[in-house]
Amino acid sequence: MSDFFEMIALSLQDDFVQNALIVGALISLSSSLLGIILVLKNFSFIGDGLSRVTFAATAIASILRLSSNNNMFVVLPVTMLCAILLLRPGQSRRIRGDAVIALISVSGMALGYLVLTKFPTSNNLSKDVCTTLFGSASILMLSQTQVWLSVALSIAVVAIFVVFYNKIFAVTFDESFAHTAGTKVAAYNLLIAVVIATIIVLAMNLVGSLLISALIIFPAMSAMRLFKSFRSVTICAAVFSVVCSLLGILVASGAGTPVGSTIVAIDLIGYFVFCLISAIRRRA
Amino acid sequence: MAQLACKNLEIGYENHVVLKNVNFTVNKGDYLCIVGENGSGKSTLMKTILGLQRPLSGEIVFGDGVRNNEIGYLPQQTQAQRDFPATVEEIVLSGCQGHAKRLFYGREEKELARQNMEKMRITQFAKRCYRELSGGQQQRVLLARALCATRKLLLLDEPVSGLDPKVTAEMYSLIERLNSEDQVSIIMVSHDIGAAVQYSDHILHVGQEMFFGSTQEYLQAGVGRRFLHVEGGGKQ
Repeated sequence: MSDFFEMIALSLQDDFVQNALIVGALISLSSSLLGIILVLKNFSFIGDGLSRVTFAATAIASILRLSSNNNMFVVLPVTMLCAILLLRPGQSRRIRGDAVIALISVSGMALGYLVLTKFPTSNNLSKDVCTTLFGSASILMLSQTQVWLSVALSIAVVAIFVVFYNKIFAVTFDESFAHTAGTKVAAYNLLIAVVIATIIVLAMNLVGSLLISALIIFPAMSAMRLFKSFRSVTICAAVFSVVCSLLGILVASGAGTPVGSTIVAIDLIGYFVFCLISAIRRRA
Repeated sequence: MAQLACKNLEIGYENHVVLKNVNFTVNKGDYLCIVGENGSGKSTLMKTILGLQRPLSGEIVFGDGVRNNEIGYLPQQTQAQRDFPATVEEIVLSGCQGHAKRLFYGREEKELARQNMEKMRITQFAKRCYRELSGGQQQRVLLARALCATRKLLLLDEPVSGLDPKVTAEMYSLIERLNSEDQVSIIMVSHDIGAAVQYSDHILHVGQEMFFGSTQEYLQAGVGRRFLHVEGGGKQ
């Protein structure tokens, strides 16, 4: 056990681990904020769907021989486009929301795998696929450019959330009322979609496409167990998410476990703790 | 000039006309009930008035100091809202979202929210969570929110659906007070034909037969008498 803590202490001095902690904290902060909107709008699974799109887009980018620094320019627009399509207001839609997400999710997965098998980028295909799906140690090997990009985008997301906090609340709670009160609902939905796409592309680095939903859902669900106002739910979700991700990265670097799955496991434990507290509180 | 006038309105979806020749006006202080059978187009009409969907033809004109974003709307609740983590205060305050160009609520908005919570007698719930309130209390919260958005014209969509008789009566008398004391014009979509003829001064009946006029005229007219007979049962 003491080995474990020594490993953590040692790894904390490592530049790469420090980078991972910074990027991890910021990405989980922004994804938890977005997660509240998505969970309350009944769009919990959008993270899943979009991350498969990102998977496919990454595969295609790799055929185009874009390096992992440049593939953002293909991956981000494609994901944004899908996010915008998915979050269009419901009335004109022919297929229901969850069905569309399932469709996109499956197609993204299939196309991505298809492309990767036909045009393998390295000798070890199954490892490549595994890495994209479950995240890799890549969060521990971020280049300086990637770190700055993640930092800048995360700050932008948090800033957008803070500045438009009241409007976001209004649009999430009641779209039709917001519309009648003169709020530009379509514009805010567009903004939310763009931000979601950004977060998902960023979070791919951290936990991989299969586990992105966890970063989006767990903080919001846990916070809603305990808190009653939108403001306190927001703050609690943000803190929960950051703490779990930091712990996850530290544990992973100490125990040598995969970062993504470790973070999700800690999120899950956190969620159960919150459930327990709320059950005890209700009984008292 | 009327606060709201609909002229030769034809409403519906892309290739399906739900209602045509809709003509009516709402003047300051009016209490208009929109009645009709299920599926007759009441909610489509309401969405069109609110600007949530476009009319196929005809026009909707706002006047007498009412702009199209100054309608206080009381929607029917969705399941998602019933579980929404937000305090009463947060929700009422969101009624002010159309007011300022600024993105944050100032002292003025908070004062308005406070007044309207008082008017709806929900001040004691201000810090409580919306999902813990009873159906009637939730409706009063949404009404207070609507009042933050307007002082002139309220559009209420089935405001008493799902409420028990006692709470229903309280809700109706609250609405009546807003109408008589504060001169807020009311447009109410209702299933409850008995209450509609009791409280309103104008009726718009939509469906196969159209009718618009004062409630007195409606009670005399053939369409009104037939509809009351079918829907109201023995209530009259």
